[in-house]
Amino acid sequence: MIDRKTVMHIAKLARLGLQEEEIDVLGQQLSVILEHIAVLQEADVSGVSPTAHASRLHNVTREDVPQPSYAPEVLLANAPAQEDNCLKVRAVLE
Amino acid sequence: MSELYQLTIDEASKLLREGKLSSVELTRAHLDRIRAVDDKVKAFTLVTDDLALKQAEEADRHLKSGENVTPLTGIPLAIKDVICTKDIPTTCGSRMLEHFKPPFNATVMEKLNAAGAVMLGKTNMDEFAMGSSTEHSAFFPTHNPWDLTRAPGGSSGGSAAAVAAGMAMGTLGSDTGGSIRQPGSLCNVVGLKPTYGRVSRFGLVAFASSLDQIGPFTRSARDAALIMQTISGSDPRDATCSPEPVGDYVASLSGDIKGLRIGVPEEYWVEGMQPGVDQAVRASIEKLRELGAIVDKVSLPHTRYGVAAYYIVAPAEASANLSRYDGVKYGYSYRDTDEMWEALEKTRENGFGAEVKRRIMIGTYALSSGYYDAYYKRAEKVRALIARDFTEAFEKFDVLVSPTCPSVAFRLGEISDPYEMYLQDVLTIPANLAGICGVSIPGGFSDGLPVGLQLLGNFFAEDKILRVADAFERVTDYHTRWPQAI
Repeated sequence: MIDRKTVMHIAKLARLGLQEEEIDVLGQQLSVILEHIAVLQEADVSGVSPTAHASRLHNVTREDVPQPSYAPEVLLANAPAQEDNCLKVRAVLE
Repeated sequence: MSELYQLTIDEASKLLREGKLSSVELTRAHLDRIRAVDDKVKAFTLVTDDLALKQAEEADRHLKSGENVTPLTGIPLAIKDVICTKDIPTTCGSRMLEHFKPPFNATVMEKLNAAGAVMLGKTNMDEFAMGSSTEHSAFFPTHNPWDLTRAPGGSSGGSAAAVAAGMAMGTLGSDTGGSIRQPGSLCNVVGLKPTYGRVSRFGLVAFASSLDQIGPFTRSARDAALIMQTISGSDPRDATCSPEPVGDYVASLSGDIKGLRIGVPEEYWVEGMQPGVDQAVRASIEKLRELGAIVDKVSLPHTRYGVAAYYIVAPAEASANLSRYDGVKYGYSYRDTDEMWEALEKTRENGFGAEVKRRIMIGTYALSSGYYDAYYKRAEKVRALIARDFTEAFEKFDVLVSPTCPSVAFRLGEISDPYEMYLQDVLTIPANLAGICGVSIPGGFSDGLPVGLQLLGNFFAEDKILRVADAFERVTDYHTRWPQAI
């Protein structure tokens, strides 16, 4: 069972703001989903290595060759706030 | 054939090259069709009329001179709005990216542009490709052309509906747990999920990076082969994209499947499967047998864990991928505060919809301290078991066949429980977890609604599943039927 406290803790980890009413609804929904997911505990995974990806490739490497990149104004075109060709952020440390 | 928009890509391509049809005519026919029916279907988030006609004129110049002509030259296509199109809005069906214009093209777009294809517009989707109904689009739901009160499936519902309604000759979608095959099934079109690494993911906005693949929707297996031929292949900008040579998909459509070993996974006849789906699929399997395939039962014993493993792995990856939406670099940004953390949390609170929030929460939970081993690590082990099921099955069989989805198209608003919606993908998810390829093709009807037949192939066996699909189309007419609702 996912209680309010857990929902708020997880939301904090995810930096996800939630409305009051969303907290209870998410708690209920996540509880139901995790109940279904509990079926995983029935699988016999002894001696099985975890698979993190479906690719058959390993250690793909290439030469590190410098190449021209985008002009700053191109990359900043979607920025909500900018100044002097930089992203503008709020103060991290006062 | 009575209308230009009803042509297949293969048919239109021949007429274009013979000079019997111009790309401008063909493109206008599709833009007219969009104007005529998209008010009802709502498959498009954006129609790029001017660009389409400009590209069509350019294609006509090539067709006239004969230079640089490919099977896709002058063919009007539409693109799921999760694929980056340079300077053209790419919203991912989200408020977060409502005004985002990518500074670059996805690799698949570069390939389509180089082939001379025409882009009609961007298609609607569940937000960030999370959903199975297209109802989770932040903008509007898409309607199924076969019954406008029903969902087209998702997340690539706009792409499937556009092809089904004749608003595009083909489209691109993306499939993370079934997002191409399930809407293909519900809309009676061909929808192919390539092998993981067959098509570059560069410029595909990431949902779950170990599962995502771009693939085509079309009205025939041959058309899917033509698009696959163009978009497949290695890409230095996607290290997970395979150097495996791309086969000649069109040449593999021999119509001959005699002696091909086709397995029927028993576990895919899940509880709650609709009788109409069961009947249609069994009849279709019988047709494969009549075509000379050797059909036999096969067991994929870990199928029952697929949805659970997926709903740990995919949200875990999504929670990491979506952490980039911070309101600083691009996208929606909450501005009414000077406080950094508040701005970040409010940006994500207002920018994401309910399903995306749910997945971020599940993923963050599964990766959080104390739960990582019990959930994420265990899911990755189960994933290995599911992959092993397929490895063993493909030692005995060339192709596996099943329903794509346990049910036909459901009504918009009918499924409100999140987990019930997740079960839409119970038969498509295992292929993503294993990384193998699969295609859904029109496989019959149940009470007038389409039933999809899923063909699964081993790694890089797109040629085989397309060969079976094409052979099946030669003895059936399901794929040639048009929805009467529009």
